[in-house]
Amino acid sequence: MVKIMDSNREGKPLPRPGAAMTTPEFDAWFAREVLPLEAALMQFLERNCRDKAELEDICQDAFIKVYEAAQRERPKLVKPFVFAVARNIVVDRIRHARIIPIETALDLDTIDIASEEPGPERTVIARDELNRLKTALERLPKRCREAVTLRKIEGLSMREIAARMGISVKTVDAHLVEGAATLANILYAEPTDLRRKP
Amino acid sequence: MTSEHQTSLPGPAADIRNRAASWLVRRRDHEDWTAEDQVELDAWLAEFPANKIAFLRVDAAWKRADRLGALRTPLPKHKWLAPVLKFVSTGAAAALVLGGVYLTMPREAPPPGELYVTGVGGRETLTLRDGSKIELNTNTALRVGGKGTQRTVWLEKGEAFFQIVHNEAHPFVVFAGTHRITDLGTKFLVRRENQMLRVSLLEGKAQFDSKNSRGSQQATLNPGDVLVATAKSLSVTERPSQELTDELSWRSGLLVFRHASLVQAAAEYNRYNIKKIVITDPKIAELNINGALPANDPHALTRSAQRLFNLRIEERPGEIIITH
Repeated sequence: MVKIMDSNREGKPLPRPGAAMTTPEFDAWFAREVLPLEAALMQFLERNCRDKAELEDICQDAFIKVYEAAQRERPKLVKPFVFAVARNIVVDRIRHARIIPIETALDLDTIDIASEEPGPERTVIARDELNRLKTALERLPKRCREAVTLRKIEGLSMREIAARMGISVKTVDAHLVEGAATLANILYAEPTDLRRKP
Repeated sequence: MTSEHQTSLPGPAADIRNRAASWLVRRRDHEDWTAEDQVELDAWLAEFPANKIAFLRVDAAWKRADRLGALRTPLPKHKWLAPVLKFVSTGAAAALVLGGVYLTMPREAPPPGELYVTGVGGRETLTLRDGSKIELNTNTALRVGGKGTQRTVWLEKGEAFFQIVHNEAHPFVVFAGTHRITDLGTKFLVRRENQMLRVSLLEGKAQFDSKNSRGSQQATLNPGDVLVATAKSLSVTERPSQELTDELSWRSGLLVFRHASLVQAAAEYNRYNIKKIVITDPKIAELNINGALPANDPHALTRSAQRLFNLRIEERPGEIIITH
């Protein structure tokens, strides 16, 4: 990987020291152990947060803190650690708010950290995974779904997809970007429902 | 790509995620990725941990979506052998393919009815008028009785999964060579290969009859039973339901291996793909693998073998050779 930071292009802030120095091995660990907790974390935040508009940002904050802390020392029990970090953020936000709604103040003591057993997220096996992906794919908007299908199922190149759909490569790009972003949200932010019998 | 970040805050999660998706598609799906692009991406990733996390997330999701490739049904090599799977009431299209297919059929007296075939890697579902469903696996030929005798089928070759609506007055019958399976309200899998026939019963009950020069043999199958019949022998064993579920995973485009030897896995893969996996070294053949892999991608197996056992993969036209 190339890492050249020679100029402060476009006036962007320079990266903080250490921020870029993660290894692919660390990133793989993070993707495997932490990212799948997002759905459970969102449910936890929904129960414990008054401001629904901020859920995503709190979740993002929590992941940043975990990402940084884990570079120094990886937590032994990942799930309780992630939830503890999220809890602190929620508590912090409540303390810093000028006006504390009464219900929120009450919530503060009852914020409970989820159990320690590994989440059901891990036990997803290939068959369930494929069903889940199929369901996620079906939820994409029509043209977007078509582009993703041609790319992921038929294995066509962007140019071939453009020709097949009669649109420009740029539009294919836009469909795939929307598809990737939406699939990531469905796969990571939503609960799996594996325990429910079909 | 321009940056809107003027402050030291990473920005709302939703914006970062969209930006990450945009980078991802440029990185993974466009063919004109350059070293300069990589520098630019690295700079963006290094700017905030939030950027990096959003990228890891969308990258992981996009890679998971590669599994959807298992749903691909490859086109058969010859157009005239294309699956003619329609509701059984259509006759003309099926009649067209008969001539071509007969050449590959065994020289038994051809039974009447319509023939349905899938090519290597193909998979199709057939729905009969009574609601019964038959799913044909790769490289399979099945003949269905004509009008009024739809509940009699002949498995000429390959593998099919039957979900049969029971009818006391008209039992459903599957012929395979000299063997006969009569359903008594059932879900079952039949695989015909070389001189061997394998019947796995998932639900209900079925009667099995076999006639050959040595006389006739019979067996009643209960859920979990797997029957194996050859020209000379007949055996029925009860298998764990997990094994039967694994055996049916082709229905969702997957092959499931549990402690399978590499040579068994390769043989399974070769049923589904024109490009064959070749293993000649007996030491490699006996290596064990576990996993669920997409049936139509032989490289999924060879890549795993390469990674797990440090083996060499050699690509040749029509085959992939695994060596030390």
